[in-house]
Amino acid sequence: MKLLQLPAADLRQQLAGSGIWLRTGPFSIRLRSRIADVATGLADLYGQFEVRNPREVFADFHVSIEPQTGVRRWVRPQAQFSFDGFQPFKPLPRDQAFPMLEWGLNWCVSTHAHQYLIIHAAVVEKDGRAAILPAPPGSGKSTLAAALSLSGWRLLSDELTLIDRKTGLVHPLPRPVSLKNQSIDVIRQFAPDVFINKPAHDTVKGTVAHLRPPRESVRRQHEPARPGWVIFPKWEPGIAAQLTPRSKAQTLIFLAQNAFNYSHLGTSGFQVAASLIDGVECHDFRYSALPDAIAAFDALASHAPLSA
Amino acid sequence: MFRNVLLQALKTPASLSMLSMEGWDVLVRQARAAGLLSRLSHQLQGMGLANVVPPQIRWHFEAADTLALKQLTAVRRELLAIQEALADLPGPVVVLKGAAYVAARLPNAEGRLFNDIDLLVPRAQLSQAESALMLAGWHPAPLSDYDRRYYRRWMHEIPPLQHAIRETVIDLHHAILPETARYRPDPSQLFARAVALSDWPGLAVLSPEDRILHSATHLFHDGELAHGLRDLSDLDLLIRDAAARDANFWMQLAKRADTLQLGRSLYYALRYTRHFLDTPMPDTVLEMLRPAAPARLTRALMDAVFSRALLPDHASCDGSCTPVARLAAYVRAHWLRMPAHLLIPHLLHKALISPHLESRHT
Repeated sequence: MKLLQLPAADLRQQLAGSGIWLRTGPFSIRLRSRIADVATGLADLYGQFEVRNPREVFADFHVSIEPQTGVRRWVRPQAQFSFDGFQPFKPLPRDQAFPMLEWGLNWCVSTHAHQYLIIHAAVVEKDGRAAILPAPPGSGKSTLAAALSLSGWRLLSDELTLIDRKTGLVHPLPRPVSLKNQSIDVIRQFAPDVFINKPAHDTVKGTVAHLRPPRESVRRQHEPARPGWVIFPKWEPGIAAQLTPRSKAQTLIFLAQNAFNYSHLGTSGFQVAASLIDGVECHDFRYSALPDAIAAFDALASHAPLSA
Repeated sequence: MFRNVLLQALKTPASLSMLSMEGWDVLVRQARAAGLLSRLSHQLQGMGLANVVPPQIRWHFEAADTLALKQLTAVRRELLAIQEALADLPGPVVVLKGAAYVAARLPNAEGRLFNDIDLLVPRAQLSQAESALMLAGWHPAPLSDYDRRYYRRWMHEIPPLQHAIRETVIDLHHAILPETARYRPDPSQLFARAVALSDWPGLAVLSPEDRILHSATHLFHDGELAHGLRDLSDLDLLIRDAAARDANFWMQLAKRADTLQLGRSLYYALRYTRHFLDTPMPDTVLEMLRPAAPARLTRALMDAVFSRALLPDHASCDGSCTPVARLAAYVRAHWLRMPAHLLIPHLLHKALISPHLESRHT
């Protein structure tokens, strides 16, 4: 059953009680929370995701996001993320509970799922080929991934690119897209009809809001894709979109440094990353206007792949 | 409901073929909390039972194996660096606990998680060893003045040394128990029987009996029981391995415990490995240890404490008495480490002053 089929009152009650079981990409999550914003965030953004009765099934990650107890809750209410009784982060103000849940889920995947090489990158797909967009924070990768996913590309992830160590394929992990600061308005203007939830202010990343993942992305969340390109996007004011080739060796080193678990995987990490780079085209990409960027990506996708 | 599912899995892995998904849900979490996910994985592989794990769950075991293998490789690399750093030390340089299991290629090295590397050197060579390790990049981690004095004055080790680049930690010991402990085996007796490692020139490990006695002493004299079950499982594997290699093992073990005045620790080690993990052992050994065994009331109290405190530190294992049992184990360990006139001020400092200092620093 889909989360949106669960009446709001039942969702709140289950979250506060034994929790809900939720599937996102290859992972199942059992989530508990008594915080109203968390229930609202789930109802707003996770409607298309599968839920089940948690008593019947195994969950990969048992997480909760709960109010802090003690005197402080009256002065400055806080929320604490727990992974099966362990608190990896310091508590945050209560109104950041939903972003904290998203960060917590990213943490669960990036510190446990070593069956993948996990690259810190957004990833979108068209015609079976995935474009991996690694870039430092602030370069606009989430914004570009969001715009592409609203323009005919399939969103695989806005944050974690999962490369299957055995097959080399990218496994989707579609979840709400995290938009920061100006990006929120940029996407609102780009696509006025999309749903973006209530922003949380003054987080460590500034103002954060989440874009509901496209329905098609969630529906096809078990369908992996072959890596086609590694593209480093950079937003700059007042320029025409331009794609320039990039050294494969440099790209390999960058990916290794920006993978969460490259060093954990030993030789296999190198082999997976190297064969990934062998099979893709590597580019730098500078752009100003999202429609230009999308046109450039569409042009790339319409070329016959070099390696096929 | 599945309180003992991890113990069940370690004792009789074949029984896992009957486990429900709900049971697996608890088992994976208990094993992860206890640091035993990869050990369980290796046990299942060793017995040809890897297929009992439901397919959608296997990745948890494989990922744990990946991490364990990475740590094993890292420990080997650190041992190489230590070997080089301490090459001029007269020695012996004895590797203890986890890193020793790796260096001596013992069965419990695979799938084990490591916290730090423990070394034992003769006290007269302590400062030379410390300087050599500092030259190789290991420096004292920042400590409060109180903690630094506490280490230097009362402990059997110097403050932890952390590598400036790789961040690995070495605990450099000159004895296996603190200066202030009730029973304190003379380290020269341990050095006398240490076994040089042909794979690792310059490094040695304790003899099989001393290894077990040290592990037992560490577990039953240490307040940190977060890895209690992992350490108990180490003991179980060390005992099984040593017993299989040497027909006289049990006799030698009991005699050695007596010589080193560690009979009580061994008594507890055998009592609880048998209780929790069905470790095979002849009754005659327990008989020989009777003089070292605690009085009946003490034993009942210890059973009450350790039957709870050694379970995985996971919500599914906690009963209403678990917090009390853990606290009791902690206080007891400190009680054994130092006399009351030192212990009480120390615990007060840790409870009242240290948290205040830490909060000021963050």
